[in-house]
Amino acid sequence: MNGAVERFDDSARRRVGAYGRTVVRENELLRHPVYTRVLHWTVAIFFILALLSGFAIYSPWLFRAITPLFGGGPTTRMLHPWFSLGFVIAFAFQILNWLAPMTWQPDDRRWMNNIREYVTNERPMEPEYVDFFNAGQKLYFWAIVASALLFLLTGLPMWFPRTFGRITVDIAYVLHDIAGLVMLVGFIVHIYEGTASQPGTFRAMTRGTVERRWAWTHHPAWYRRATGRDPRADYEQARQRAADRSS
Amino acid sequence: MPTGTLQIKAISAHPGPVPGHGVQREEDVCKYIDVTTCIGCKACEVACVEWNDMPFQETRFDNTYQTMPATAWNYWNLIKFNEHARDDGSLMWLMRKDQCMHCEDPGCLRACPAEGAIVQYTNGIVDFQQENCIGCQYCVSGCPFDIPKFNSETKKVYKCTLCSDRVGQGLEPACIKACPTGCLKFGTKADMRALADARAQQLREHSGFANAGVYDPPSIGGTHVIYVLHDATHPEHYGGLPRNPVIPPTYTIWKSAAKPIGLLLALVAAPVAFFHYLMEGPKEPQP
Repeated sequence: MNGAVERFDDSARRRVGAYGRTVVRENELLRHPVYTRVLHWTVAIFFILALLSGFAIYSPWLFRAITPLFGGGPTTRMLHPWFSLGFVIAFAFQILNWLAPMTWQPDDRRWMNNIREYVTNERPMEPEYVDFFNAGQKLYFWAIVASALLFLLTGLPMWFPRTFGRITVDIAYVLHDIAGLVMLVGFIVHIYEGTASQPGTFRAMTRGTVERRWAWTHHPAWYRRATGRDPRADYEQARQRAADRSS
Repeated sequence: MPTGTLQIKAISAHPGPVPGHGVQREEDVCKYIDVTTCIGCKACEVACVEWNDMPFQETRFDNTYQTMPATAWNYWNLIKFNEHARDDGSLMWLMRKDQCMHCEDPGCLRACPAEGAIVQYTNGIVDFQQENCIGCQYCVSGCPFDIPKFNSETKKVYKCTLCSDRVGQGLEPACIKACPTGCLKFGTKADMRALADARAQQLREHSGFANAGVYDPPSIGGTHVIYVLHDATHPEHYGGLPRNPVIPPTYTIWKSAAKPIGLLLALVAAPVAFFHYLMEGPKEPQP
């Protein structure tokens, strides 16, 4: 199973990658290849469209403000399931693309136990065991997987209420909204972490590369795998050089 | 829109008070249906289709005296037929005129997310405004009586208007006007309720229907269509009239309480992120 996923993902990565390029300059590392970036932003665009059109119908307070963006109430209602379908399909490829790095590891429990230190910025550098994604990123990913599934399962009865019956629709309506709130909260945290909170992160998803010092700060184990070098030693060296320069 | 008798009382998904509410003397209207004198002639069905100018649709014979299995988007008024076997083995033909009940607390209006798609007038009529309907069909699952019907071509939901256009001009609904037996009457809620109570008492005292009574379910605040039934203890015998009609809690508790609270909690995330940045600062690459 995993072998098949890997083979499919590798070939998709190669084929899509052939249409684009990622320029890796000196002191940079390749973080996200073309295929991953295209997937991420396809997912993101459909997500935002589905989120906006969904929240227009979610609450009367937002109905008047948001529905004009989509050409009024009826078109908002008509487009929402199609945006969502786009999101689900694009995200399915994203799941295959990230299945391996997002797999939960024993070290992730350690990270979660010390999450307070991460949130309060108590430690400037991540622990050495943090690989391509940290446990918080994995948690967000799997929360989105779970709510996407919930969205799909509850969205279909709301799309075709007469096929599924009213009791199913009544239940689906509540679960659909809960999934929406989980996603909204996760989405806000995701944007904050990817931009203002961690300078140097956003470019990983646009240009595809990160600075080496970003990598040894936030993902030391990945740095070790990607470069074959010791993250802490390289950090000390860079610190020494900076100190020499300033003296 | 005539405002004299059609002053709007509630608007679906509308923030704030309803303009003009409370400035006029309120007079609830009501349709009275005495099922005990209905002969199942279907004049009301025809009158409804004609007045509302709806395309005729084919009837479906199912070995009963019922025109079709259920009301449709273009067939708002249907005499439900049931051959009911009494305990002594004798049969009763129960005819009930099925249409929108115009609930005092309408589940369709509560469920509707589109502003102005459903309104309730102060006289009690619950009316769909198709130009504002977005076709989500939440009203269908919010209704305790399975009345709103979706037209998949226009993507809108339709139901009985209690002839709000006629009532607004001081006329009775079309079905009332067509009824030849007088089992349908139209007037103020107080008058119709008094008439129904008197008729039920007559049935109990003089016609041997000990359980005769009025169907005006308090679980949804009463309705603006009331029935006189031979046996008010078994409304389900009359074409599946629910004994205790309720709006699904998903549309009462979830929508009025959990939704705003949930939205607030979700919106807290953005200020939390902002103040986190102010207080903790960014996590820069080292050194």
